[in-house]
Amino acid sequence: MTAEVFAIEDALAQYDPVLGLEVHVELNTKSKMFCGCPTEFGAPPNTQTCPVCLGLPGALPVVNARAVESAIKIGLALNCEIAEWCRFARKNYFYPDMPKNFQTSQYDEPIAFNGWTEVVVDGETYRIEIERAHMEEDTGKSTHVGGATGRIHGASHSLVDYNRAGIPLIEIVTKTIEVAPDKAAAVARAYVSMLRDLLLALDVSDVRMDQGSLRCDANVSLKPRGSKVLGTRTETKNVNSFRSVERAVTYEITRQAAVLASGGKVLQETRHWHEDTGVTTSGREKSDADDYRYFPEPDLVPVAPSREWVEELRATLPEAPSTRRVRLQEEWGFTDLEMRDVINGNALEPIVKTVELGVSPAAAKKWWLGELARAANESGKDLADLGVGPVDVSNVQQRVDKGELNDKLARQVFDGLLKGEGSIDEIIESRGLALVSDDSALIEAIDRAIAANPDVVEKVNSGKPAAAGALIGAVMKDLRGQGDAAKVRELLNAKLGI
Amino acid sequence: MPSITREEVAHLARLARIELSDEELDHLAPQLDQIIALVGQVSEVAADDIPPTSHALPITNVMREDVNVPCLTPEQALSGAPAAEEQRFRVPRILDEEA
Ligand SMILES: [Zn+2]
Repeated sequence: MTAEVFAIEDALAQYDPVLGLEVHVELNTKSKMFCGCPTEFGAPPNTQTCPVCLGLPGALPVVNARAVESAIKIGLALNCEIAEWCRFARKNYFYPDMPKNFQTSQYDEPIAFNGWTEVVVDGETYRIEIERAHMEEDTGKSTHVGGATGRIHGASHSLVDYNRAGIPLIEIVTKTIEVAPDKAAAVARAYVSMLRDLLLALDVSDVRMDQGSLRCDANVSLKPRGSKVLGTRTETKNVNSFRSVERAVTYEITRQAAVLASGGKVLQETRHWHEDTGVTTSGREKSDADDYRYFPEPDLVPVAPSREWVEELRATLPEAPSTRRVRLQEEWGFTDLEMRDVINGNALEPIVKTVELGVSPAAAKKWWLGELARAANESGKDLADLGVGPVDVSNVQQRVDKGELNDKLARQVFDGLLKGEGSIDEIIESRGLALVSDDSALIEAIDRAIAANPDVVEKVNSGKPAAAGALIGAVMKDLRGQGDAAKVRELLNAKLGI
Repeated sequence: MPSITREEVAHLARLARIELSDEELDHLAPQLDQIIALVGQVSEVAADDIPPTSHALPITNVMREDVNVPCLTPEQALSGAPAAEEQRFRVPRILDEEA
């Protein structure tokens, strides 16, 4: 009896995972792909249907122009080529989630193909090749009645709501992803997360994973280390959060490793991810039913986006994440290493917002990667959830710039903010953090330092002004670090006549 | 060599959920073969410079604006359904597998 799953370390020691990700995105168009029915989520059942999306005889579909536009934008954002001419195809199958007995999709002529994108994991950039992005329509929603678990097993019959049938979908398919084995699952997660950000920036989808407007299927296979032969892959469905993308891929790697190590064969099958138990279970094997007999859709004419239209849409695209990183690094004057620390520390967005509030990039980086990153680490939180935001950083830094705080005192202010001790003013007040810039108090401390260090004064007077640094140190120590260093230097120099 | 075998016809019938007896298969398979051969004559006259076509009209880009039009009421939508329950289409369990 072998273990049902391997420890992930053991699995990765012997096998290289090969991944492929298929992401379905529901577009945020007002109307469906081929008819004018609304696309509201959560409407009462069968209130958003018409003869077209119910597949009634004689009804004719017409393509939604905005859906095509969104598809092209997604393709361009993923660095794809855009087809000059492409068609829809019928994917024939018998299942009641499509009343037409086929799904209108694209087959060998996707609207976008041959693209690539990048994700960053632990400071490393990974390039992911995009096979295609094609247009299709969503299916209806089935509820299975009579089964113990609401699943189809043991169900006596099913109930179908066609509100969702016909909502525009874009399916984005990667080429095989082969990265360092221990990074595979994290890269998969980062990819889906990056897609979400991208789709939001493009404003083409609500990208609500909890409402199913972004859905991910993960293909996983293993090859023995050193082998060139691809293993049999499984397709895990129903992976509906970023975290479950990583967990499901990891689980499949450990499960397949155990199967292979015990001399078994991985079955080519659909598997289902269970969020609650963290495992995948066998769905069905590939069968006759997967022979979809695709053929060109005779009720729709080809889509031939003019190059002018494509270029118009390209001009509306937001800046690509990788381009933006390069631009920001240049604007901020950060070294490669500094930028890498920023990306690694998930500090890019906080720094952008802090700089927008007028803080210098160097100061913003100092706080976000220093004091605040340390606090995030210690509490196991994300920087974004610390409770101290760009506005706080900007307010503290403004006081540093005005000479009311120095860095050492500012660190204590952040400590107070993180511990919820009140507003910045309250913390400065209660912790006694105000910088001493009052001339008389500073001059008193300077006099004390001069009196206590006659040897240093002697050196300065004998033509070594650099020696005065030791006196500044003494004054600052006297003031417990709360002296305004610039002012101390100015007053001391005047006193010593240098 | 027939262009479609008896086994292929049986496979297609299964995919289309059409139950065919052995006698019907014996009868239909050769007929389908003849039909395919007849349609196949088209490819004999099609030269290399004639692209395969899926549409009789030489037009592209027929699209509509993304606007809503009135839907059917649920009652209208369900009026042609053999059975309905909870404002949904009631269908028999078809495949003994997960969707
Ligand atoms: Zn409709």
